[in-house]
Amino acid sequence: MKTIKEINDKIKKGEVVVVTAEEVIELVEKKGAKAAAREVDVVTTGTFGPMCSSGAYFNIGHSKPKIKLGGGACKLNDVPCYTGFAAVDIYLGATAIPDDDPRNQVFPGEFKYGGAHVIQEIVAGRDIRLEATSYGTDCYPRKKLETFINIKDLNEAVLFNIRNCYQNYNVAVNLSDKMIYTYMGALKPDLGNANYCSAGQLSPLLKDPCYKTIGIGTKIFLGGGIGFVAWQGTQHNPAVPRKDNGIPQAPAGTLAVIGDLKQMKPEWLVGTRMLGYGVSLSVGIGVPIPILDEDTIKYAASRDEEIYTQIVDYGINYPEGLAGSLGEVNYAQLKSGKITVQGKAVPTGNLSSYSKAREIAEQLKSWIKKGDFLLTEPVAPLPGAGSGYAFKPLKERPII
Amino acid sequence: MVSKRIVLRFPHRLVDQPIVYKLVKDYDLRFNILKAYVTPQEEGLMVLELSGKKEGFDKGLEYLASCGVKVQPLSQDVVRNEEKCTDCGVCVPICPTGALVVDPQTRKVHFYNNKCIACELCVKICPTRAMEVHF
Repeated sequence: MKTIKEINDKIKKGEVVVVTAEEVIELVEKKGAKAAAREVDVVTTGTFGPMCSSGAYFNIGHSKPKIKLGGGACKLNDVPCYTGFAAVDIYLGATAIPDDDPRNQVFPGEFKYGGAHVIQEIVAGRDIRLEATSYGTDCYPRKKLETFINIKDLNEAVLFNIRNCYQNYNVAVNLSDKMIYTYMGALKPDLGNANYCSAGQLSPLLKDPCYKTIGIGTKIFLGGGIGFVAWQGTQHNPAVPRKDNGIPQAPAGTLAVIGDLKQMKPEWLVGTRMLGYGVSLSVGIGVPIPILDEDTIKYAASRDEEIYTQIVDYGINYPEGLAGSLGEVNYAQLKSGKITVQGKAVPTGNLSSYSKAREIAEQLKSWIKKGDFLLTEPVAPLPGAGSGYAFKPLKERPII
Repeated sequence: MVSKRIVLRFPHRLVDQPIVYKLVKDYDLRFNILKAYVTPQEEGLMVLELSGKKEGFDKGLEYLASCGVKVQPLSQDVVRNEEKCTDCGVCVPICPTGALVVDPQTRKVHFYNNKCIACELCVKICPTRAMEVHF
């Protein structure tokens, strides 16, 4: 048994033993969980993929004379922001797109530029065009503002993503006879391809499947800088079926994360688009798992072969909200490049970059080893499998 | 042996002629159609990978020119912007010729330009728009 405080003392003394979520697999295999748990202090995880419920808020400072953006309209590089706050606070969502983007009018729409691309440019230190209009008040008389802004001049620039880091995700296939364009990529007709989106054995919540160490307040690698778990993410759904190893067999837990955009890097926050679907932000996240006991290392050492997910038809079932799985596969099968669905060999593609996930786990490992990154004690746990917390569908009630 | 990727432009009056058949029959050339369509102006456009003996190849091209087919080398190339690519791999099952492959060890995506037929499917679907067409 170890405590986070003991691990932090070791980090400060430069004596900490850190391995990645890949390296720990072999280590536990070789030495057994008991010995490995004594030896290893921290396991680092990583994931890098499109995470649509992302965005950033900014305080731009007051102009002279002053303007009240709250209740007005504000665009950054033509992408509309949310202004429903006080005078100069704005929030830019990753999936926002310019008003004149043709969207899916010519199908499939290209979605070349949106909030995610603006966020990447802001992080890269580029000047961004801000155009705002408002209604004018006695204290905020100005009605129009057009200016360049730069991250170095903003009071706050904070990444605040309300749902990231999905614990497991569906494999998407298309049973229809038409090509379809989804948030899981382009899916060729009649089981032409199978797309998945997870780092599998490197993915943070899959390596702590019962949320024994990751909780509210956990310090993480976020977009190349430091962030924190702010809350459970939206659609957090811990009660899905799980294997004996505790790993959910379908999309389950999620994280809401927050961090200072000013320290982040454009290579870990990448503007992304899905053809015919829209814009998204690819986010790099790495979570350290403190090895407190034999159990935490057993969980952290689970491998692709032991992590299962469901194959879902996005041609008919998913859009109609019909439940149903076409079968279960594990991440080793998905990574082999081919899976079998309804007797047919289907080539697989990942939306989540495993090589980037690996880089993140390595990066976080080196931060901890160098003493630059101390672990935090969660201030509250994430709702677990037995909490009754669940992701419910909308109950529509007609407005008469 | 000569093997080249070429672009053929057929004027309206030739669109219904079996020109490629002649290349095979009279000049013993092998072809692989990479792309073919008739433009709204009813001009035919075809991208071929054409191969055969040097003599037959040159004579075949002469024949094409004599019919009024405009022949250009294929200078259009699909190139990966290494800075933009995140090595996700969603392009891999989309590529019809296996020009995009995930390395099983590094999990990085390799792009084999020599296998690419410039269909541009990857260009259309790449989430970070890392696949570019260069002319």
